[in-house]
Amino acid sequence: MAEARRVNRMWRNMNAKIAAVPMILTTLVVFVGGTAWTVVYSFTDSKLLPRERWVGFDQYERLWSNSRWLTSIENLMIYGVLSLVFTITIGFLLAVAMDQKIRFEDTFRTIMLYPFALSFIVTGLVWQWILNPEFGIQHIVRGLGWESFTFNPLNNPDLVLYGLLIAGLWQGTGFVMCLMLAGLRGIDEDIWKAARVDGIPTWKTYVQIILPMMRPVFITTLVIVAAGIIKLYDLVVAQTSGGPGNASQVPAMYVYDYMFQAQNLGQGFAASTMMLLTVLIVLIPWAYLEFGGRKHG
Amino acid sequence: MADAALNAPARSMTEARGTKPKRALSGRNIMIYGTLIMFSLYYLLPLWVMVMTSLKGMPEIRMGNIFSPPVEITFEPWVKAWSQACTGLNCDGLSRGFWNSVQILIPSVILSIVVASVNGYALTFWKFKGSDIFFTILIFGAFIPYQVMLYPIVILLREMGLYGSLWGLVLVHTIFGMPILTLLFRNYFSTIPEELFKAARVDGAGFWAIYAKILMPMSLPIFVVAIILQVTGIWNDFLFGVVYTRPEMYPMTVQLNNIVNSVQGVKEYNVNMAATLLTGLVPLFIYFISGKLFVRGIAAGAVKG
Repeated sequence: MAEARRVNRMWRNMNAKIAAVPMILTTLVVFVGGTAWTVVYSFTDSKLLPRERWVGFDQYERLWSNSRWLTSIENLMIYGVLSLVFTITIGFLLAVAMDQKIRFEDTFRTIMLYPFALSFIVTGLVWQWILNPEFGIQHIVRGLGWESFTFNPLNNPDLVLYGLLIAGLWQGTGFVMCLMLAGLRGIDEDIWKAARVDGIPTWKTYVQIILPMMRPVFITTLVIVAAGIIKLYDLVVAQTSGGPGNASQVPAMYVYDYMFQAQNLGQGFAASTMMLLTVLIVLIPWAYLEFGGRKHG
Repeated sequence: MADAALNAPARSMTEARGTKPKRALSGRNIMIYGTLIMFSLYYLLPLWVMVMTSLKGMPEIRMGNIFSPPVEITFEPWVKAWSQACTGLNCDGLSRGFWNSVQILIPSVILSIVVASVNGYALTFWKFKGSDIFFTILIFGAFIPYQVMLYPIVILLREMGLYGSLWGLVLVHTIFGMPILTLLFRNYFSTIPEELFKAARVDGAGFWAIYAKILMPMSLPIFVVAIILQVTGIWNDFLFGVVYTRPEMYPMTVQLNNIVNSVQGVKEYNVNMAATLLTGLVPLFIYFISGKLFVRGIAAGAVKG
C-alpha cells in the first residue's frame, strides 16, 4: 500500500516534469545554448556556413571599422535617447491628463492605444505615405501658399531619424501612457488627501510626491522601452529600408543583412553579440535594483 | 492626523467662497482637454489618411490632398490589393499572405498558450528542484535580442527538418511567446488558493486532471488575455516570418512590405494603403472587441501583479 502510494507520487511528479520539458528545452537549448553558440561562433570566420576556424577578435575589429555599423550604432543611440525621453514624457503627461477624472476617458484611451495594436510594418508604411514629399504634408502646406516649405525627412539623411521617431512615437506612446496611468491609479488616495489637506498645489504634488513614488513604474517602463528600441527593425525596413543611402541603418538590420544576405555569418554573429552586450548594459543595473534591492529591503 | 483633521474644514470654508475655484477649473479643463484632443488628432490622422487614400482613384490622388475625403468613392483599390497586387512574379494579391498568416496564427496561438499555461501551472503548484531557475532564465530570455538566437534556431530547425516550413515558424512563435505568457499564467495561478489544489490532490486528481478540470475552467479570463496578446503579436510579426519561412509561405506583414516597397512598376498609392489597412484589420478588430482586456494583456508583463 505504502509502496504503491510512493510509486504513484513519483509518477505524478514525473508528469509535472514531463510537462516542463518544453520550458527546460527552451531555456537551456535556445536561450542559453543559442546565445552561447552565437557568442562562440562570433570568433570564427564563418561565411556561408558556420565553421570552426578561430580568428580571435577579427570580426569585432572589422565590425568597428565598418562605417555602416558605426552609422547604425550612432543612429540607434540618437533614436534611442530621443525616443526614451519623448515616449516617457508624453506618456506621463497624457497619463496625468487622463487621471483628472475627465469625461470620455475610454474614448481617449481607445484612440491613444489603437496604434499599439498595429504592426511596425503598417506604422512605417502609413508614415512613409504621410511624409511623402509629393503628396503628403509638404505638398499640402505648399498648396496652401507657402511655396518654399520643406518637410521631407525621409529623403534627408540629417532628418530621417526624426521621420522614424514621429512614427515610433505614434505607435508606442499610448502603451506607455497606459503603464503610467496604471501606476498613477496605484497610488494611495490618502496621499492625495494628505497633500490637499496640506494645501500643496496639484502640480507640486505631482512633481515632488507622485513622481518619486512612481520610480518603479518609470524604471520598468524604461527597461521595456529600451529593450524594444534595441530590437528596432521592422519600422525601419518598412519606412525607409535603411535609406537614404545608409542614413537610417540600425544594428538589427546589419545583423540580418550579414547573416542572410551577404553570407558573412561571422560578421552577423559579432554584430548580434554586440547587441546582446548593449542589452546587458541596460538590464544588469535594473536586475540589480529590482531583485538585489528587494532582498535587503 | 488630528492636526490635519482640524485644518481641513477650516480650509474648505475659506475656499468655498467666491468664484475663483470654478474659473481655475475651467482654465485647467481647457488645458487638459486641449492636450488630449491635440494628441488624439496625431493618433487618428494616419487612420484617416489610410482610409481616405484607399477609397480614391489614382488621378484624384495625384491632383488632391491626402487629408481630403474622396470626391468619388471607389473600392477598386481594395479589390486590387486583395486579389491582384504583385510580389515578384505572383500577382494573386494579399489574399495569399492573409491565408498564410491565418495558417500560421491558429496553431501558433494554440500551442504557445497550451505550453505556457502548463508551464505556469507547473511553476505554481508542482515546483521541482530548479524550477525557479528555469523561470528566471525564461524571463531574462525575453530581453535577449532575437538576433542573437536567429541562427542557432535555423540550425535546430534544419536538424529537425522543419526549416522553411509552417511548423518551424509555429515552434519559433511558441518559444518566443513563452516568457511573457508563462509570467502571465504564473501570476494568475498564484492568486488561486492552494487549498483548492490540495483538496483535489487528496481526492486523487493527478497533474493533468487538476489542470483540465479545475484550473482551466477557473482561469478563462487569463486565457482570453493570452489569446489577445498572441493573436496581435503573431499577426504583426515580421522578422520570424521573413527568416523562417519560404516566400510562398510569407505571412501578410512580409508580403505587404514586399508589395508596397517594391521598386518595380508604377506606385499605386491607393492600392498600397488599402493593402496596409487590410493587414491592420485583424489586430484592430481584436483591439476594438477586446477593450480593457487588451490593456490588461499588455500591462500584464510590465506591471507586476
